[in-house]
Amino acid sequence: MSPRFDYAPAPESTAVVDIAPSYDLFINGEFTAPLSERTFATINPATEEKLSQVAAAGADDVDRAVKAARRAYTRVWGPMPGAERAKYLYRIARILAERSREFAVLETLDNGKPIKESRDVDVPTAAAHFFYHAGWADKLEYAGLGAAPAPLGVVGQVIPWNFPLLMLAWKIAPALATGNTVVLKPAETTPLTALLFADVCRQADLPPGVVNIVTGAGETGQALVEHPDIDKIAFTGSTEVGKQIARSVAGTDKRVTLELGGKAANVVFDDAPIDQAVEGIVNGIFFNQGHVCCAGSRLLVQESVAEEVVHRLQRRLQTLRLGDPLDKNTDIGAINSQAQLDRITELTAAGEAEGATRWSPPCELPDRGFWFAPTVFTDVSQAHRIAREEIFGPVLSVLTFRTPEEAVARANNTTYGLSAGVWTEKGSRILWMADKLRAGVVWANTFNRFDPTSPFGGYAESGYGREGGRHGLAAYVTAEGTH
Amino acid sequence: MSASAAPSRARELLGVSALTNKALTSWLHGLPGIDAVGCEGRAAALSTRSIKTDAKAWAIDTAISMIDLTTLEGADTPGKVRALCAKAVTPDPVDPTTPRPAAICVYNDLVGIAREALGDSGIHVAAVATAFPSGRASLEVKLADTQDAVDLGADEIDMVIDRGAFLAGDYRTVFDQIVAVKEACGEAHLKVILETGELATYDNVRRASWLAMLAGADFIKTSTGKISPAATLPVTLVMLEAVRDWRDLTGVQIGVKPAGGIKTTKDALKYLVTLNEIAGEDWLTPQWFRFGASSLLGDLLQQRRKLATGVYTGSRDVTID
Repeated sequence: MSPRFDYAPAPESTAVVDIAPSYDLFINGEFTAPLSERTFATINPATEEKLSQVAAAGADDVDRAVKAARRAYTRVWGPMPGAERAKYLYRIARILAERSREFAVLETLDNGKPIKESRDVDVPTAAAHFFYHAGWADKLEYAGLGAAPAPLGVVGQVIPWNFPLLMLAWKIAPALATGNTVVLKPAETTPLTALLFADVCRQADLPPGVVNIVTGAGETGQALVEHPDIDKIAFTGSTEVGKQIARSVAGTDKRVTLELGGKAANVVFDDAPIDQAVEGIVNGIFFNQGHVCCAGSRLLVQESVAEEVVHRLQRRLQTLRLGDPLDKNTDIGAINSQAQLDRITELTAAGEAEGATRWSPPCELPDRGFWFAPTVFTDVSQAHRIAREEIFGPVLSVLTFRTPEEAVARANNTTYGLSAGVWTEKGSRILWMADKLRAGVVWANTFNRFDPTSPFGGYAESGYGREGGRHGLAAYVTAEGTH
Repeated sequence: MSASAAPSRARELLGVSALTNKALTSWLHGLPGIDAVGCEGRAAALSTRSIKTDAKAWAIDTAISMIDLTTLEGADTPGKVRALCAKAVTPDPVDPTTPRPAAICVYNDLVGIAREALGDSGIHVAAVATAFPSGRASLEVKLADTQDAVDLGADEIDMVIDRGAFLAGDYRTVFDQIVAVKEACGEAHLKVILETGELATYDNVRRASWLAMLAGADFIKTSTGKISPAATLPVTLVMLEAVRDWRDLTGVQIGVKPAGGIKTTKDALKYLVTLNEIAGEDWLTPQWFRFGASSLLGDLLQQRRKLATGVYTGSRDVTID
């Protein structure tokens, strides 16, 4: 029987974006063909249709970009007063806001995430990061980072595919506010919003070389990380690549911040506001198809309410709408790539093989593209792979606990330490938990909330360094005078 | 359920031999709390649903059929009520396929006029009784008020709870009054107005909803329309969670009526989406959901014509009542 109230298709128009058949590298304020003469295709993961052909920067191209950034740093951006830098950042922020629909549609096309998320979260939060950091640019001496905090120089930044524009903003806004110049490499499956951002830099009259975008895969990233004239590396991505980066910069004077994986515990106590906790669980793991490093992928629920919480969660999941990411009513979009889909498929198969109980709501998957139904595993034990490894997909593992001490012990029993959630109506317990949890971010009665004023970053294998807030500035300055 | 059965069912549900105020208090205060930020966030997220084309046409007709077309003014006259009834019987003279609203809602002295004007149209007459809107009268007066409305032919009674008693923690008084009014209603359906604008917190809205359902309400209703804020989407969401959970617990389905402040088609669509995704599609009929509204109908009719013809008619083309 078809539902009584079946929402008709409500697709966002793609007319607002103009995707070129191919893109060059953005170096020194201009689009320039790669010396490597290599290119790669970027596709729409919801349809597998090719969107564009993009340059793959080789080591020579990265060298050109670093040289442009060095020149811009030495001659223009480094010496520029903070109040002047702020003007450029404000201008970029305003342009992002003005072109928000264009960015949202392009992000959804290239990434597969629902338009409501790119429209309501990614793009506005990206603009907010530029607004926030613009305000810091002429006030750095009051940030508690020394009397005259100075920029580091040229920063190499490598960002992931899960929030392409937002991660770009997290990286570029603080770097520019503090007087550094940037060579940024977007992920190979999602280069398009970074290339559109290059256009924004030109529109804002940003001096050439202050921001350079080099597209490519792991090899390009490696060339950037290993370039001798880079002063700092900022990386967000997998723990595996993060470790490689740490190894490769060991013995150099490059600074590094790494924001890596996670396996966050979302802890629900028996006195939690249950209906909102269910929303928080959904938002924690199914937001952005679970492609979120701080996703609440482990639900730790107090045994006395476990059955009720799981019942309510399963009922709620039946109202999630999976499908065309451009449809304004879509809650769950496409998995970003075949490789990621394979990984999710492999780990969930392991969950079943290890004896956990698998459940998904009735859910029709589109014929083309990369899709994975929202999945909940119950009867999960701490030893199962699905309770230990980052799945980076719409897959929740439910574990139970009896006492607050046990909740903390289980939550902290992970090699990661990026984020955690606590659900209880008892304020004192929230504070006690926040004190005990080894996680960079602890959300209380909410989850996956991001704000440029709040530092974000992890413990242990989730990386080091903070992004956002006053703490985030520290990663881009030195108190020792001009570098 | 007959009115007299409510106390015994309540004792059974609470697992007590005597329905004391203490027993009611511990039961109501044992309901899970509501986090206001999360609740409002959920309502805001549901508000972003985009309802287009066929879905919109269906929703507009459904919304029209769920309206309790209301006039509750000191200045109401037989003429005004007759005009409103005529509007209900023929909402859009140009398009006879336009559905009719569910009921006309008036003060109880005008029930007879409405009853006569509506004839055999099938449209119900709802009366606000029990010293509406304040509820500040003795139980005897409230019962007489109710009896009066029923005798004049009201199909539905919209009563107000004693908010003073509720806020003072005297849940037993609130319970007893609802039971008594339900009994006075006889065959008439009872809608219990919580006046959520005076209850102030979502926790109170949840408790009042459960208390009203426990006492035998057929519908729970947000507001009198005389207090600001009247209906809001988060408050209605909390009440929809309550009727959903009540059916899970007892097997009994209860209706919900947001009233006051819902003026546009856009507003109405947000409520229907929330209804659909919180309570579920079983509630998507006038039997289980109503809008207490006066000006909403005009906007729905305008949007209905726009969908059918592709052009907006001016508001002057829609009759004001």
